[in-house]
Amino acid sequence: MTELLAIGTQKGLFLATSDDDRQSWKVSSAHFFGLAVYAVAIDTRGPTPRLLVGVDNSHFGPSVSVSDDLGASWQEPETAPLAFPADAGAAVERVWQIAPAGPAEPGVVYAGTQPSALFRSTDGGLTYELVRGLWEHPHRPDWGAGFGGQAVHTILPHPTDPQRVLVAMSTGGVYRTADGGKSWAPSNQGIKAYFLPDPWPEFGQCVHKVARDGADPERYYAQNHHGVYRSVDGGTSWQSIADTLPTDFGFPIVAHPRRGGTVWNFPLVADSQRHPVDLRCQVFRSTDAGDTWQPQRAGLPEDPNYPAVLRDAMCVDDAEPAGVYFGTRCGEVFASRDEGESWSAVAAHLPDILTVRAATV
Amino acid sequence: MPTVLVPGVLRAEAGGSAHLEVAAQGSLGAVLDELRERWPRLERRIRDENGVLRRYVNIYVDGEDCRRSGGLETPVPPAAEIQVLPSVAGG
Repeated sequence: MTELLAIGTQKGLFLATSDDDRQSWKVSSAHFFGLAVYAVAIDTRGPTPRLLVGVDNSHFGPSVSVSDDLGASWQEPETAPLAFPADAGAAVERVWQIAPAGPAEPGVVYAGTQPSALFRSTDGGLTYELVRGLWEHPHRPDWGAGFGGQAVHTILPHPTDPQRVLVAMSTGGVYRTADGGKSWAPSNQGIKAYFLPDPWPEFGQCVHKVARDGADPERYYAQNHHGVYRSVDGGTSWQSIADTLPTDFGFPIVAHPRRGGTVWNFPLVADSQRHPVDLRCQVFRSTDAGDTWQPQRAGLPEDPNYPAVLRDAMCVDDAEPAGVYFGTRCGEVFASRDEGESWSAVAAHLPDILTVRAATV
Repeated sequence: MPTVLVPGVLRAEAGGSAHLEVAAQGSLGAVLDELRERWPRLERRIRDENGVLRRYVNIYVDGEDCRRSGGLETPVPPAAEIQVLPSVAGG
């Protein structure tokens, strides 16, 4: 059994592998060297794992490449794998997220882009079509752009109902469909937008990341631009779970792949102070669905620590016990093979880490 | 025939060629439309899906920056040399 950790950075993709149950890692040289990799997926639904990578060339535009041999070779169609139709009047600027659908739809892969749009593939992620229901939503003219741009950065297909998908965008907030993407409803009740005149709007929130609970598909966790929330009703309403966190600001949030109520994040001091609390590199974990949180820092650097962890730069794997991974804006990658109890370095001195994904392959 | 000079970083998208002879002439847009037909992977690195020249790609027609000479309407004479160059950007 090999554990694969895909690390997307500002200057390429690095593939780390472990053959000893995640005790040691071998890190590849850069794939797509010099190009930004904002989105990675490891699709393990088929007989052969497929890597999907959103590659962002600052000169020559975005694209999606796939590999069916764990990065030995990459393929890309002749025509653009992902592009707006002519009548949309827009151009894809960046691919922010690639998300395989549930096992009931083995060929379906979703992609989220900048500007905020959702695309759907039915050929395993080679080519995509715009999901018009979201693109043509009447709210779209009022969706804003955060500091990183305006993008759909989170896509959570329901694990058993292909008609249901939840997405999150910055700014705009959370939207859900229950009819396969034809119609979308804002799902932000209870999420505060302190930066707007009405702090409790129907939409317009700056949700940084959303994770689905590993056991209860109706329970979600959201890390907001100030605010950490839980929904127990499929995203209809949200309640704060930030009371016992040191701060309510941060970017990533991830949930245990199987055990309900276990979730991790990486708090930063504040919007205007984007560094770890007490300048200490530390992850926080809750095992009671966010009611209480505890720091996890054994094995992490003890020196004053400044880098942030971006919204997609934390993930879990599918092993037992679950592995947890994160990468920093200073190019360090850390892994835990015991659900955050202890950590070790996988890599250092890489470019700015944008995304990480891990799976047993 | 007009000739398109392909920068090294894009030659893989043109079958390894540094020079491409094209039949289209009249305007730069017509030349790029032919690239889209014959070398689509190359053309989509130069223009986005709306046919807009990418921000950090420069094209010179007989040495003149197309952005100063009509954009995609820049005239392309029969023996024109069309040079595609990535701009100085990035870090």
